[in-house]
Amino acid sequence: MPRTLLTGNHAAGRVLALAGEANRAARGCCGGAYPITPQTEIIEYLRGVNFTRGRIVPVESEHSAMAVCIGAALAGARAFTASSANGLSYMTENVFAAGYYRLPIVMIAVNRTLGPPWNIWVDQGDSLALRDAAWLQFYTEAHQDLVDTILLAFRVAEDARVLLPAMVALDGFVVSHTQMVVDLPTQEQVDAFLPPCRVPHALRADHPATVGGLTWPAETAHHRREIQEAMERVPAVLEEALDAFERCFGRRPSGALAETQTEDAETVLISCNTMSRTLRDVIRARREAGEKVGMINCKLFRPFPRQALLDSIGQATRVGVLDRNHSPGSGGVFWQEVAATFGGTAQRDGRVIQDYIVGLGGGDVTPAVLNEVVDDLRRRNHAAAPVWREVAL
Amino acid sequence: MSRTVSSTGRVTPCEHLDVAEPPPAVVVQPSADELHIPTELILRPGNTNCAGCGMSLGLQLLKQALGDETPYMSIPACCGIVTAGAFPTSAYGAPVAASTFASAAAVACGISTVLRQNGDDHPVICWAGDGGTYDIGMATISAAAERNDDIIYICYDNEIYGNTGGQRSSATPQGVATSTTPRGKPERKKDIMRIMAAHGIPYAATLSVAHRDDFLRKVRTARSLTGFRFLLLLSPCPTGWKSEPDESVELVRRAVGCGLFPLFEVFDGMRYRINVRPGGATLEQYTSCQRRYTSAAIDAATIRAGIDEQWKWLDAQCRAFPA
Repeated sequence: MPRTLLTGNHAAGRVLALAGEANRAARGCCGGAYPITPQTEIIEYLRGVNFTRGRIVPVESEHSAMAVCIGAALAGARAFTASSANGLSYMTENVFAAGYYRLPIVMIAVNRTLGPPWNIWVDQGDSLALRDAAWLQFYTEAHQDLVDTILLAFRVAEDARVLLPAMVALDGFVVSHTQMVVDLPTQEQVDAFLPPCRVPHALRADHPATVGGLTWPAETAHHRREIQEAMERVPAVLEEALDAFERCFGRRPSGALAETQTEDAETVLISCNTMSRTLRDVIRARREAGEKVGMINCKLFRPFPRQALLDSIGQATRVGVLDRNHSPGSGGVFWQEVAATFGGTAQRDGRVIQDYIVGLGGGDVTPAVLNEVVDDLRRRNHAAAPVWREVAL
Repeated sequence: MSRTVSSTGRVTPCEHLDVAEPPPAVVVQPSADELHIPTELILRPGNTNCAGCGMSLGLQLLKQALGDETPYMSIPACCGIVTAGAFPTSAYGAPVAASTFASAAAVACGISTVLRQNGDDHPVICWAGDGGTYDIGMATISAAAERNDDIIYICYDNEIYGNTGGQRSSATPQGVATSTTPRGKPERKKDIMRIMAAHGIPYAATLSVAHRDDFLRKVRTARSLTGFRFLLLLSPCPTGWKSEPDESVELVRRAVGCGLFPLFEVFDGMRYRINVRPGGATLEQYTSCQRRYTSAAIDAATIRAGIDEQWKWLDAQCRAFPA
């Protein structure tokens, strides 16, 4: 793999282009492109690519960007796009449609605060609002994780046992607009890693089917259940994809969850995206100081890896969840999932599951902020309402 | 065919249109070959359309025009999707993407792009109502037209939101009563043909289910071209128009005859050709058979003034930029 200095956005654009080109021997690639800060550079990059068999269509809105992806996938092509914040909101109807159509579209979601009031900085609330849209959701820590996860997302989404779209999220600006050295795969490697995209229910002139027509309640419930069953197959398919990745690229990215020093940990923090990178340094430093603390980076959010979390949480009695998002009237969305995972066992085993709302609107989640969170959590014997930490940029 | 329908008396027969030296109507006769009727249908028996639906007639004529060629279709969540019936059956004898309401043209763009890059020349057809075209889909259609996507876009215009039970749309004519304009719509009908022509698309034309030869020729003309082609079909909706199902074809004939629905073509958004000049029907013969008009808060003189204005404009276009 050539090592290259790239921004997060250009890394995403390069990998989408490699994946699209890798399908040239099949139906090629296609997608819709519409700019929104901070993902704009991704679609700018894609519009400049000369695909052997592919075209990125400059559309008039995110709603149509996803509609073009839907049409392209229904015609059997590998389809992808990117968006952020209000673009994702505007696209929402077709995001759900893509999931319900069972089309393996890949979308890069560069996380940004939903407005108004307008704010361009990172907040995972935009993509998490789409958690029920029948898409896989991956949250990436940084540039290399982003590159690797996009490739994995195509492979898992297009797997016949899954056939669901996949969203790969990264932090706006913190990753999208900063540069890091990444191992960028060659076209030959991506060709080898990604099998030709096959959409078994693609439209065919010799098979007059109506895709997405009317269904009665029983068929609708069955359709949703099939989506759930496909979601449940994702963890195993992802492990296979990781095996294939290792064979192809000679290294193994992290999977659904990545634990750091959770063995014998009494206190465990759960987080995602760049917060996890900062948190990892905090955890290591406190371990060196003798504290039994650990952390879990949650890369796969949909399907939520409940079993993996139960397996990896160990005997930790205090679990803190970092949420750079907020569901008004409830709390952090990751916390809801973690709390649901432990469900009735939380009280029985005396475990404290505490939510921390941090870094909303792009506030800088520094080691100092995270040390405060760990201090707070270690003092707690009971969980309370979500704790807010408002921090400056 | 006249029927006793109570009238307010405000709608009176269409008078002579004041057009000096009108440009001739160009009627092109189809050859015998072109009248070949295929056995496979786009709209098959078992569909859920109401009797007298203009869409049903339009889909049959569309298939006659295309012959044995199967189109890929993008149909938004409107009457056109209810038409198909419930999964796993479909009344469509063509592959159909049932798109979200505003997305038919963008979904068709994705389909068309992928077909063409794979050397596949099958026509890609959007089949959408006036709601999906004039209103919620306007931005999507405008963008597809501006990009000149290789799509034939056919709007079956029933001048209401038919699927939801007959609410006003921007295609509803002025004065017409709908469930959301019970006292008649105050605003004028949006002129979609001018809007589409203003995009400079290769071809735009109006279609009448009462003028079969003209319909078939225009679809074939559209098929022979590439890029974004727009066809507007006046599509009677007996349920919403409060008309008789067996009069749908006759109603369209009268709409054309009284000048309300001109049959014309626009090439490259610029060069105009009129296909049928008004004659053979009066405005009252059209409106008096539809209770949506008889309860309308508009007088015939106002409608006629609109018709005259429309024809003056069309004639001026034909003179200045003849096709």
